[in-house]
Amino acid sequence: MRNVRRLNRFADRALHTVGVLATASGLVVLGVLLFDVASDGSGRLSWQFLTSFPSRRPEAAGIYAALLGSVFVIILTALIAVPIGVGAAVYLEEYGGRGKWARLIEINIANLAGVPSIIYGLLGLALFVRALSFGRSVIAGAATLALLVLPVVILSTREALRAVSPSLREASYALGATRWQTVWHQVLPVALPGILTGLILALSRAIGETAPLIMIGALTYVPFAPDSIWSPFTVLPIQVFNWVSRPQVEFFENAAAGIMVLLGLLLCMNGVAAWIRDRTQVNMSR
Amino acid sequence: MTGQKNFERLIERALFLCASLSILVTLGILSVLVFETVQFFRVVSPFDFLFGTVWTPLFFEKQFGVLPLVAGTALVAMVAMTIALPVGLLTAAYLSEYASHSTRRIVKPVLEILAGVPTVVYGYFALLFVTPLLQRLIPGLSGFNALSPGIVMGIMILPMVSSLSEDALHSVPRGLREAAYALGATRAQATVRVVAPAAFSGISAAAVLAVSRAIGETMIVTIAAGQQPRLTANPLEAVETMTAYIVQVSLGDTPAGTIEYQTVFAVGMLLFVSTFGLNLASHWLRERLREEYA
Repeated sequence: MRNVRRLNRFADRALHTVGVLATASGLVVLGVLLFDVASDGSGRLSWQFLTSFPSRRPEAAGIYAALLGSVFVIILTALIAVPIGVGAAVYLEEYGGRGKWARLIEINIANLAGVPSIIYGLLGLALFVRALSFGRSVIAGAATLALLVLPVVILSTREALRAVSPSLREASYALGATRWQTVWHQVLPVALPGILTGLILALSRAIGETAPLIMIGALTYVPFAPDSIWSPFTVLPIQVFNWVSRPQVEFFENAAAGIMVLLGLLLCMNGVAAWIRDRTQVNMSR
Repeated sequence: MTGQKNFERLIERALFLCASLSILVTLGILSVLVFETVQFFRVVSPFDFLFGTVWTPLFFEKQFGVLPLVAGTALVAMVAMTIALPVGLLTAAYLSEYASHSTRRIVKPVLEILAGVPTVVYGYFALLFVTPLLQRLIPGLSGFNALSPGIVMGIMILPMVSSLSEDALHSVPRGLREAAYALGATRAQATVRVVAPAAFSGISAAAVLAVSRAIGETMIVTIAAGQQPRLTANPLEAVETMTAYIVQVSLGDTPAGTIEYQTVFAVGMLLFVSTFGLNLASHWLRERLREEYA
């Protein structure tokens, strides 16, 4: 009897230990990954690297075109995805009711969120690049990414809208406001921080996307900065991919330095999102 | 007053259009894939495509058997699940049944970072860190293989498995645990014999969704698995996945309307159908969990 109990206690402690180890292993790998990239790339990271165009010579190559391309594409993606995504979320949350059509849209959005990103690339290639003849341009890339992040924007915005207390809406209706007046003047301002946080997280997914932009033909060698929405472009992840797929070891350092810039950009975006969230939590508790 | 009413109606109509656009996106994806795939099947019979064992559409002697790509995809996904499933489940069990509230609050967001790392970064990590490391352990391992991207992909989907499984474990009513404790069970016994079986459909939903994510993942395999479509079950060999093939063709200059261009959409269709099926299965399993403990 005592042996059984001792065995049970041992099994309990074993599961606990293995669980801690499993949890730690994920964190350790994250640490190793960051350390590996930093130790490979920090030697190449410089002002010259940030402001140079790609080049055949690894030590002269930089990410200027890719960095500007990424920023340009993301701003355009946000301009397309935000109004549509927020509009759709407001419709489903504030207007939709429980109708059949609303239910269908809901299921559809959940499914779209699970479609692999490369399939969106195929859609962008056939629809924007060919059928609408946008060509291999910034606008074709941004439109593709906008469709890709749309489900994420809609889902996170709905969550933010749901967090707004119903009493706020009822008070507004009681004062004779229409539905849109209530949404525009009461609900959206209160939900804004939550919506912004979700948007930033959705866009930080878009900025790291590589495959769909390769599909629509974002060029890997672009020795100029994009100057209009119709110009060819490249983005940071594609530049990194290009450098990783070269045989010369020197280009791997460039890839690592490019990854550091990309991760830095992501860190800034997530930092802003966290800052917005913390600020509003303070405001609400007052 | 009527002006206001018209304005309200206009707004509602506009918002409705925004919401309906998502249906158009689905229809767009379907029609693009179906259109090009039908063109493709005019030249190649669906039977040869689905059951052929040689894939050489870019060669002079073209053969269109997709099985090597399917095998490559399955092989990498299998390696990924071998890593992600045990580690993810143990992480979930620890976080849900053992860890204190404050530990959970710190560890969960840090684990989520793993899911937010761009996949091209994981590709770099697989090719230039994990593969050389494996080559030291397994002499003769080629620079491109299915093992290294599989392992790294397992790390990528780990947070998904752990966080969805933890949700499933968490949704099991406290009463079941307390009943087990009252009968003298340790935490390990309660977890393994009571909580985990009770959350089984939720845990399988997490696993199925993770497989779907692994099949659709592109950059890790494109960078580190190679580009040789090969019908093999040996993870030490170079393989090509469905996604990597799609990227390979679009990196080259393939004009629209050619058979090479259409293969991309046929493979894309297969990819879409398999991930869609897995997502539906996962959704169904999760609904079952909700019904059990509603």
